[in-house]
Amino acid sequence: MESTTKQASSRKRDQAASLNSRKTGGFWKLFKQQRYLYLMSVPFVIWAFIFSYVPLWGWLMAFQEYKPARSFFDQKWVGFDQFITLFQDQQFYLALRNTLAMSFLGLIFGFIFPVIFAILLNEVRGMVFKRTVQTVSYLPHFVSWVVVAGIVTKALSTDGGIINELLVSLHIIDQPIQFMAQGQWFWGIVTASDVWKEMGWSTIIYLAAITGIDQEQYEASRVDGAGRFRQMWHITLPGMRTTIIVLLIMSIGHLVSIGFEKQFLLGNNLVTDYSQVLDLYALKYGLEMNRYSYGTAISIFNSVISIILLFTANGIFKKTTKESIM
Amino acid sequence: MAANKAFNATRGDKIFDVCNTIIMALVLIVTLYPFLNVLAISLNESSDTVRGGIHLIPRAFTLENYSVIFQYQGLLQGAQISILRTIVGTIFGLISASMLAFTLSRVDFQARKFISTFLALTMYVTAGLVPTFLLIRDLGMINSFWVYVLPGVVSAFNVFIIRSFIDGLPYALQESAKLDGANDFTIYLKVILPLCKPVLATIALFLAVGQWNSWFDTYLYNASSPQWTTLQYELMKVLQQSTQQSGAVNANDMAKQMASISPESIRMAITIVVTVPILVVYPFLQKYFVSGMTLGAVKA
Repeated sequence: MESTTKQASSRKRDQAASLNSRKTGGFWKLFKQQRYLYLMSVPFVIWAFIFSYVPLWGWLMAFQEYKPARSFFDQKWVGFDQFITLFQDQQFYLALRNTLAMSFLGLIFGFIFPVIFAILLNEVRGMVFKRTVQTVSYLPHFVSWVVVAGIVTKALSTDGGIINELLVSLHIIDQPIQFMAQGQWFWGIVTASDVWKEMGWSTIIYLAAITGIDQEQYEASRVDGAGRFRQMWHITLPGMRTTIIVLLIMSIGHLVSIGFEKQFLLGNNLVTDYSQVLDLYALKYGLEMNRYSYGTAISIFNSVISIILLFTANGIFKKTTKESIM
Repeated sequence: MAANKAFNATRGDKIFDVCNTIIMALVLIVTLYPFLNVLAISLNESSDTVRGGIHLIPRAFTLENYSVIFQYQGLLQGAQISILRTIVGTIFGLISASMLAFTLSRVDFQARKFISTFLALTMYVTAGLVPTFLLIRDLGMINSFWVYVLPGVVSAFNVFIIRSFIDGLPYALQESAKLDGANDFTIYLKVILPLCKPVLATIALFLAVGQWNSWFDTYLYNASSPQWTTLQYELMKVLQQSTQQSGAVNANDMAKQMASISPESIRMAITIVVTVPILVVYPFLQKYFVSGMTLGAVKA
């Protein structure tokens, strides 16, 4: 989404430049003319400054040994000590591994399923049925992770959970599996819940991309004797290509900042080795232990990684398509 | 796809259609079953649910579970705060996003480029858990209602969505209003806002759902003040009990307080209470949020 607003903004910027060059009169004259525009924007800019930029100043804490009782300037500066402690902690590497693993799984499946679903949905003939499926598929997106975690836990429970019931009655397994208590299932559970929750919602943009495809292409391919699968493969999918790439790059940029809601709500003490992501690690070993400096160091590490990933992804994208999304 | 229908369907096409319908039906079932199951259990007598085997239809219908959970003070309080934060947060968010979007859509506005970049950066750089926590603490917003509303007032994402909508409106409307002597605020209020209803409905839905669904701010900032508890947080406490023995109030304690209702029935009833408001609203706003999400997305 950001990318599309980006495109719009760059287009507008060109217009602005041409309009501004036509303007005459000094800065203050214009300032006075535009006082209402300033009154309507500056308060919110200050607001955003306080809540989004001021905390960045707190990053300096990562180079201190922060003690809550003292003021910022009375803190002891310790250089990179916090980071050294961080890189020596075994837990940190587990958290990093879990973050990357669940991010990549989420990225791959959270993009394959919506694309396939959008293509198949586009092929549905009955309009009422199509609308119904669409509306229903948006439903889980609006439901909170708290509720989804409850639903998933219930469905996977050994005590009458539908998944175990199905697997047992189909004789795939003899005994109900303790999904929520065994670490090796955790990444899969998180990924599957994510797909279940967001698949329908993600299709909105892909469906819009499909609507933009020239209908004549389908007719022409029909005349050439192409079946439905070949149409999907040679027309629909290439038609979605740009949208897919842009969304993919955007999600790579947000790869490490996947949040921790799912992991927090679905995880438990038995599966910590697989559920603890960097943010949860910062929460548990930083904030909740009052180790503010350490927690900040984790957040900085997280940000640096995601910026590197974003630039890498954008660089690859630039090379292959000669376009930039940033 | 209408064009395709002009051609006679081949046998392969028919097989494909059947398979596709089955796949779509499966998606429907997989999405809906969990909700219907929760609903059925919440409407079933607690003592009967324990026997298991409730799927889509309650075996021993009752409304007792609901009447019981609403005797629990935390839930009533949580419901009030959740409703309040949803209303206040949505109004604040709408005002800020629409005003910023309007100023940013004005090509003649001097500070436009600066503000645009300034806001865009907030989408990429976030300070992280600890610095944000300390800021909230220093602002004295811990254990207060305002921590739910104030930090999220300005959302760059919402601003940019509304702006691309305003960009699509004819600029001449603003210019003619200007010729009639209207100032910029009047133009915003009388010309732009009424035309923006569809996109404002979308953003209102996003804001309201976001407010209604959050629980982590309650957990982090207001866990020790029961008067600011929220529905999602209450549900979270009850659900967490099923996966781990973490302290606080859990469903077992609640179940003991509440006559002979089993924890599972309580969980399911609260889940329904928390989910139903959203289910009632979102289908009616579908055409708005679909166009809101795709605004300008298909230009490429």
